[in-house]
Amino acid sequence: MIKRSYWSLPYLIFMVVFVVLPLLLIVLYAFQDGHGHLTFANITRFFTDSDSLSTFALSIEVAIENTLICILLGYPAAWILSNRKLNRSAVTVMLFIMPMWINALMRTLATAELFSMLGFTLGKGTLLFGMVYDYIPFMIYPIYNTLMKMDNSYAEAAEDLGATPWKVFWKVTVPLSLPGVMSGVLMVFMPTVSTFAISEFLTNNKIKLFGTIIQENINSSMWNYGAALAFIMLFIIGITSLFGENKETQAEGGLI
Amino acid sequence: MAKDYIIDIQHLSKSYGDVKVLDDINFYIRRGEFITLLGPSGCGKTTLLRQIAGFIAPDEGRILLEGKDISGIPPYKRPLNTVFQRYALFPHLDVFDNIAFGLKLQKLPAKEIEVRVKKMLKMVSMTDYEDRSVDSLSGGQQQRVAIARALVNYPKVLLLDEPLAALDLKMRKDMQMELKEIHRKMGITFIYVTHDQEEALTLSDTIVVLNEGRIQQIGTPTDIYNEPVNSFVADFIGESTILNGTMIRDRRVEFMGHEFDCVDEGFGENVPVDVVVRPEDVYIMNHQEGAQFSGVVQSCIFKGVHYEMFVETDKGYELMIQDYNAFEPGSTVGLLIRPSDIQVMHKERTINTIEAEVLDSHHVSMLGAEWECEVPDDAATGDTVIAEVPFDGIELLDHQEDGKLAGEVHFLLYKGDHYHLTILTDNGDRLWVDTDDIWDKGDLVGIDIRSEAIKLKLKND
Repeated sequence: MIKRSYWSLPYLIFMVVFVVLPLLLIVLYAFQDGHGHLTFANITRFFTDSDSLSTFALSIEVAIENTLICILLGYPAAWILSNRKLNRSAVTVMLFIMPMWINALMRTLATAELFSMLGFTLGKGTLLFGMVYDYIPFMIYPIYNTLMKMDNSYAEAAEDLGATPWKVFWKVTVPLSLPGVMSGVLMVFMPTVSTFAISEFLTNNKIKLFGTIIQENINSSMWNYGAALAFIMLFIIGITSLFGENKETQAEGGLI
Repeated sequence: MAKDYIIDIQHLSKSYGDVKVLDDINFYIRRGEFITLLGPSGCGKTTLLRQIAGFIAPDEGRILLEGKDISGIPPYKRPLNTVFQRYALFPHLDVFDNIAFGLKLQKLPAKEIEVRVKKMLKMVSMTDYEDRSVDSLSGGQQQRVAIARALVNYPKVLLLDEPLAALDLKMRKDMQMELKEIHRKMGITFIYVTHDQEEALTLSDTIVVLNEGRIQQIGTPTDIYNEPVNSFVADFIGESTILNGTMIRDRRVEFMGHEFDCVDEGFGENVPVDVVVRPEDVYIMNHQEGAQFSGVVQSCIFKGVHYEMFVETDKGYELMIQDYNAFEPGSTVGLLIRPSDIQVMHKERTINTIEAEVLDSHHVSMLGAEWECEVPDDAATGDTVIAEVPFDGIELLDHQEDGKLAGEVHFLLYKGDHYHLTILTDNGDRLWVDTDDIWDKGDLVGIDIRSEAIKLKLKND
């Protein structure tokens, strides 16, 4: 009889080939020059190049803005969807989730087409619009999920203790739904830092994001510098996600 | 007089779709009383409690709190607090903040909040737990915090929705004693909801027995136990044997084939009644001297304090008896019941009365089907008549499709030598059936009525 742990072998192989090896390659390339010599030049180049640094800062800024807009628009949407008095049909939930089934690239192209038809100037406004449009379902869905699963007796208990509906919302519903908000943030913030298609199509490459310069470097065969940039991004994403996880366990802190 | 009542409930009704959850509920609650709403699941007790708390609006009727109608007032403005069934402690707050929740909403000074919360923690023996997260507490501790969180606001009435249901037996017994102690110390009116009759008997000053949305009986625990008003209450509260009997005259009743002296009066002569005999009220002895009737022991089980025996009486009735002494199965025993231990109750009905429509000289339509029967000469086609069917005129069949009607066993009562069943038909009608066969609650049955058992009466007779 084969030991049951062997069943995981195919997955293990998959992980090694498609996740671990590429990651190792990124690290390897990031610390090499064009001739295969070990060097820190790629990393120092990034930290001394003001263009790269400002692109990076802009990317983070755009990602933060996108995430905030997604929370501000997505939370009320999720709340309305989860409220049985306001929304009685699953169809409306479907309508919000459906865009996720369509390829993001296609939606972005269509949005760009729409903007040019309407004669809008492509810039930061259109970029943010495209990002929010692409990522808001990823914010709505986890929040909607936590709100749906939330035991109604918490809200009732608060009301019973003298809280007006408004107070119930701020003192009970919001703090208890923070885990949903946090996973929404992770799902929106991380991908926006590395996105490049949206900025390419919706700003005509007028605004370059961090993802754009990685893609440009790789495309023009500057593998080592591209890998270094990717490595830096991964590193920062890794740190933020750790930070995010901490937040999730501290969700009872009651801050937003 | 109404000033003594802290809560007065008048003609309260509530339906969900076609189901009447509460049907014209009327009762009052005295200030400082420990009152229990008792009934099986689905009897409407929780709906009633939630209406008092303000989470459900009644369809009809009103709830007066100290003489003022509170029906339109939202829960957060009612001076009542609830201990929820699963406690509903806020997981994002620690024990202190949970208890302080209501006080902080009232914007009381921090100093006062601290004093009151600490006092309350002491009351529920949870001092030193204030910084603990609620997830780290045991069920019993969560229970205490929930009680403290409700009581710290000094509500006029404390509502408790099956608060001990989630605890194990030992813990439940301890908490019962503590609840009683807290009630005594605080002097606040408690409204307690439970399906556990023992808990209700232990805790309450007054018990309101509910079944199918109606009040069955209101009284003190002793009243309800010793003098149940109908067979539902007798069956639901404590162990009992319920038997068919006949009130021969005042203070003389016949059941199990024998005549007994009793203390009940005013039933009339030769009136069918239900008789309740509690198992601890039957005297059992080895000899026949002084016995009223005899029986043979069928089974004997040790229950801790007493032995529980089933005895077949000389006339073939089964009687449950509890005694400190064991009697061997198979032995013949003498039995005696004292007059004051016999509880006689009015029968709610002695026959099924069903509205029917005459189709022709040999057929009527009733309960949504067509039946053959003898139609009186003076009834014309299309007339509405009353059909009377005795309890034993209805046959129950194993398969729903074999009967003319389909239904399910809704309630059953053992009457010593037969079962008395309440059948709910698929059309929502109720039929009462006597049978020797054993059915369980919820069994799906086919229903047939023997045509010779259907007796028609004109409506104005």
